[in-house]
Amino acid sequence: MTEYIPVLLFIVVAIAFPFVTLAIAWLVRAGRYDPVKVEPYECGNPITSEAHDHRFSVRYYLIAVLFVVFDVETVFLFPWAVMLRKLALFGFVEMVVFLAILVVGYVYAWRRGALQWV
Amino acid sequence: MGNPWIAFLVVPLVKIVVILLVVILMAAYLSYFERKILAYMQIRIGPNRVGPRGWLQPIADALKLFVKEDIIPSRAEKFVYIVAPALITAPALVVFSVIPFGADTTFFGLLKQPIPPYLTDINIGILFILGVSSVGVYGVILGGWASNNKFSLMGGLRSAAQLVSYEVPMGFSVIAVLLMAGSLSMVKFVEAQKQAGVWFIFPGIVAFFIYFVCGIAETNRNPFDLPEAESELVAGFHTEYSGMKWAFYFLAEYANMVVISSVATVLVLGGWLRPFPNVAALAFLDVIPPFIWFAAKVGFFLFCYIWFRGTFPRYRFDQLMALGWKVLLPVSLANLLVVALGVLLMGGAR
Repeated sequence: MTEYIPVLLFIVVAIAFPFVTLAIAWLVRAGRYDPVKVEPYECGNPITSEAHDHRFSVRYYLIAVLFVVFDVETVFLFPWAVMLRKLALFGFVEMVVFLAILVVGYVYAWRRGALQWV
Repeated sequence: MGNPWIAFLVVPLVKIVVILLVVILMAAYLSYFERKILAYMQIRIGPNRVGPRGWLQPIADALKLFVKEDIIPSRAEKFVYIVAPALITAPALVVFSVIPFGADTTFFGLLKQPIPPYLTDINIGILFILGVSSVGVYGVILGGWASNNKFSLMGGLRSAAQLVSYEVPMGFSVIAVLLMAGSLSMVKFVEAQKQAGVWFIFPGIVAFFIYFVCGIAETNRNPFDLPEAESELVAGFHTEYSGMKWAFYFLAEYANMVVISSVATVLVLGGWLRPFPNVAALAFLDVIPPFIWFAAKVGFFLFCYIWFRGTFPRYRFDQLMALGWKVLLPVSLANLLVVALGVLLMGGAR
């Protein structure tokens, strides 16, 4: 497991780096408060409503759900891909069956228009 | 190497600092080359005022951003707003911990024993890269949401949808190359290509194509730069960001471009290997150090990125989604099965 120690170190350094830089920049940067400056940008007009009050398209959720399905599939494929030479034909056929079941769901989603972005 | 502190703390820390500096400098100078190359493509001159031929322009830009006022909008969610740039920067940097930049080297006789010029090689390398780099989507969507700005929110949502959509075909195309290498370790990828005597780009041309298209989409670059489509969304998820926080979004984008290019180099272009590593007649090419080969290949991909920006018009969002889900996904899935069958029939590419 020793090869993971540098990765852990790198993670600590990489997380610390932006915050340390921001802290130093906070000390040296210019800053003059102005009530107009801190308004959200809306092409120069006074804002009409808060962004968080708006609803957005349900398609974003659909995409997220589809993503979860296919990403879990990818996770199954990784160990299979590493071991394919040992699993040989049996492993290949098994994965074809697995993918075929998923493709049925994919075709269903396509036919129902889940992939259609209007 | 008697003292464990030197092996486990000092040597990695030195490497980490060097990698960080190189990545940050690369991101800065990538912006210079981007401006310069785009300028020449459009028959302009580009930056040429700071330093000879404008070479110091990125340094001047970095200094300017460092001392620039950093505005936090009054309606923003302050904590998330501050954390989001770090959330996208850290993963983009962490990925460099497992990318093999070259073969073991003594740095031209500087060291007594050859050491690997990369940080470490873990046996789940490519999985680690895919996993860590997908954390970056949090920085995008949280930054866009926390700004409490309509442009930012739309940009963040679009970006999240785009990033997750293109991650699926990207994963499939990586698995296709993985089938040829038979290991998840990044160093093993290069070694497998050395044994096979051929870069995986030749058997894996479809996988490479899909990987690179998805890579461009993952980094929000032309022609898939919809999250920050300036003509409709101002600047997308980082509309409200300024000063150093904006600089981190910028750094992350360019660091991610280097990541995609480096991973493509390792997976299909033989990493640090010279062309046709088994052809003895080309042995004179070994004069060039492995690291230079690696850098040249990465540089080629980065040039392609800028070239695309100078050439392609932007996609529309429905076209982007259709391309990802209706074209790239089935093609990459079919390619995966074809490659798997090929590996089985030929008893492996090795």
